[in-house]
Amino acid sequence: MSEQPRIGVYLCHCGTNIAGVIDMKRLLAYAEKLPNVVVARDYTYMCSDPGQQLIRKDIHESKINRVVAAACSPTLHEPTFRRVLEEEGLSPYFFDMANIREQDTWVHMKNPEEALQIAQDTIRMSAARAARLEELKPKEVKVGRRALIIGGGISGISAALDLANAGFTVYLVEKSPTIGGRMAQLDKTFPTMDCSSCILTPKMVSISRHPNVKLFTYAEVKDVQGFVGNFKVKVLQKPKYVDEKKCTSCNECTKICPVEVPDEFNANLSWRKAIYIPFPQAVPPSYVLDEENCLGLTPLACGKCIDVCDPDAIDYDQRAKEIELDVDTIIVATGYDPYNPLNEHEYNYGMFQNVVTSLEMERMLNASGPTSGKVVRPSDLKEPKRIVYVQCVGSRNEKTNLYCSRVCCMYAVKQARQLKEKHPEIEVRIFYVDIRAFGKGFEEFYERAAKDYGVLFTRGRVAEILEDPKEKNLTVRVEDTLLGTPLELETDMVVLSVGITPSVDANEIRKILKIPAGPDGFFSEAHPKLRPVDTVVDGILIAGTAAGPKDIPDAVAQAKAAASGAASLMAPGVYVVEPYYATIDDSICGGCGTCVLLCPFRAITIEDKRAKLNEALCKGCGACASACPAGAIKPNHFTDEQIMAQVEQAVAK
Amino acid sequence: MIDMSSKFEPQILGFLCNWCSYAGADLAGTGRTQYSPNLRIIRVMCSGRVDPTFILAAMKNGADGVLIAGCHPPSDCHYLTGNLKARRRYHLLLKLLDQLGIERERVRLEWVSASEGERFAKIVDEFTEQIRTMGPNPLKSS
Repeated sequence: MSEQPRIGVYLCHCGTNIAGVIDMKRLLAYAEKLPNVVVARDYTYMCSDPGQQLIRKDIHESKINRVVAAACSPTLHEPTFRRVLEEEGLSPYFFDMANIREQDTWVHMKNPEEALQIAQDTIRMSAARAARLEELKPKEVKVGRRALIIGGGISGISAALDLANAGFTVYLVEKSPTIGGRMAQLDKTFPTMDCSSCILTPKMVSISRHPNVKLFTYAEVKDVQGFVGNFKVKVLQKPKYVDEKKCTSCNECTKICPVEVPDEFNANLSWRKAIYIPFPQAVPPSYVLDEENCLGLTPLACGKCIDVCDPDAIDYDQRAKEIELDVDTIIVATGYDPYNPLNEHEYNYGMFQNVVTSLEMERMLNASGPTSGKVVRPSDLKEPKRIVYVQCVGSRNEKTNLYCSRVCCMYAVKQARQLKEKHPEIEVRIFYVDIRAFGKGFEEFYERAAKDYGVLFTRGRVAEILEDPKEKNLTVRVEDTLLGTPLELETDMVVLSVGITPSVDANEIRKILKIPAGPDGFFSEAHPKLRPVDTVVDGILIAGTAAGPKDIPDAVAQAKAAASGAASLMAPGVYVVEPYYATIDDSICGGCGTCVLLCPFRAITIEDKRAKLNEALCKGCGACASACPAGAIKPNHFTDEQIMAQVEQAVAK
Repeated sequence: MIDMSSKFEPQILGFLCNWCSYAGADLAGTGRTQYSPNLRIIRVMCSGRVDPTFILAAMKNGADGVLIAGCHPPSDCHYLTGNLKARRRYHLLLKLLDQLGIERERVRLEWVSASEGERFAKIVDEFTEQIRTMGPNPLKSS
């Protein structure tokens, strides 16, 4: 540090967010008197153009060479102010931010004196740190044009097609044997009543035919290392025991297979064989042998499918494959699982046969479903005359999930309309907490269900359901909260409108990618409003229901946003990262190797009895620096000197 | 010296890791969760960066308590294992504090994720209250 630090301090009112709590005049008077401070100013919105202009002017006229902004959290506007410094010819790292909003005025709103004290202390610490900041140059890393997309539902498919069409290479990894995800299980979609698979399957086929998409089904991401532009991914592909290229989908193997297990695609309402195709439009259109249920992968145990397979596509000797991929960006689209009412034995689901979930109803309504589109009571396979829907199962409830799942109101209305279309004579009643018909065309759709189709709506959360043990009819007990009267009514069937929960694998994926999730288990966005598809990890984006409950149009919109986010990271060919790597002073290093053992990224090696650090591998955590017995390691931007200056000022009065 | 104990307000210094705990403190703000105004915050990239000498310096300068907060073990750490290193150092530091005659309860290690704004506020309140009952840092008067 050759030049004398000349600090400019800029106090942001943030409208009334800060100025509404703190007396800015007193804060300004305090800041002006701090050591090395040449100029201090306050302004309504420091991040705005006129606010930035104040800093630009002072850089030239008052010759300030360090800038402290006392405003919001650095996660929000540090990049904004750094750009100002850079554009005016200063190193962007000669900037420090005093967080006096999130960590001061917003948490001490009723305590203006203390809030002012904290602001003063924080600015004093910040100015002391600013005086010791060093010139750094942003590090550029090369970024290629390869994206990994985890999850082959509608979100993953949409993102993959957008990126592939733009000329990027896409690796799409899906854990089940086919892509399509949850949308493939749906019969029709609200509010347009489009047939779900009719609009989905063309997209699935485009994936399989696209020259830029490499599809891995029955495969899971096991490990991800590296950073944007240089992710190393390990994918484990399970054996299907059927050669996709040879299989002609003749179905002979399925016919002969003696093993029957519940069919998860049909919400376990029908059976499938141990060798099967998940559904007729599956992509890739190949059969899969489910090794858990097969009698034994040897002709000695059974081998019937091998005997009938004309094209010789079945191969018992297939083994799991580990595939290594180098990618530049990652989109996480791992989707959701429907809430399982068995978890809390809600409404005796699982005990009373005629209590079903909305997904089971969806499959029954589907013409190619387990009942060929006929809705029946599981207990006697008779057509119900009275159906009751229970809303908010697994949503908006302290016992299960607090959040609203956003789709249940509309799919219940949709199923009710479908039921009334097929059988106008049956009575369909929906017990709701509120009807949330917030999307385009939703309110009209809901109104028509009531007016034109005669679907009955009663407000009230169902308290309990009883069963007549002989007839298996059900009695629903509920309070009609609009009339304020208790109701008890008999029905033939109850449908639980189950909510959306994070995919069972979401937590595993979160650990592998090291991205945060909220308390509800859905992945967190870097900023809820302005960066809704980015995660805090550069180069990793999120899309669809993995980031929270949403319907198909919202999931597709988010997938397209994630694709454009990934594209804009990859298109320039280089990516600028913070130069927060550490440097080692050769003349002090004793070559003890403590740092080598501590570095989680293997960035340090011992060469010629001195520690040598690879800047490209170092991520700047500083774990080595705090253990170096010689004090030879300096993590950029978080040096001992800078932190010690803050420590000293924190308690000085 | 006049008796200040009735008016004793603890001065607490917090080292928060950038990825989890600093974001958790920000979230307390976004959620307008109010907590004790006794904490001053230093942002570090990782709890593994917190050199025990920083803490000793803070105590020497008169801090009544020091909070170190990082990502939940075992696997939330942005740098894989920085939190585990922080924990190892913390336990060694406690022994050193014993030898120096500083109550070990004055230094606390906590795990706060980016989604735990309310938990962060609760920890600050609780720690402040604890230090308040303990009284001022003994190094301050000597």
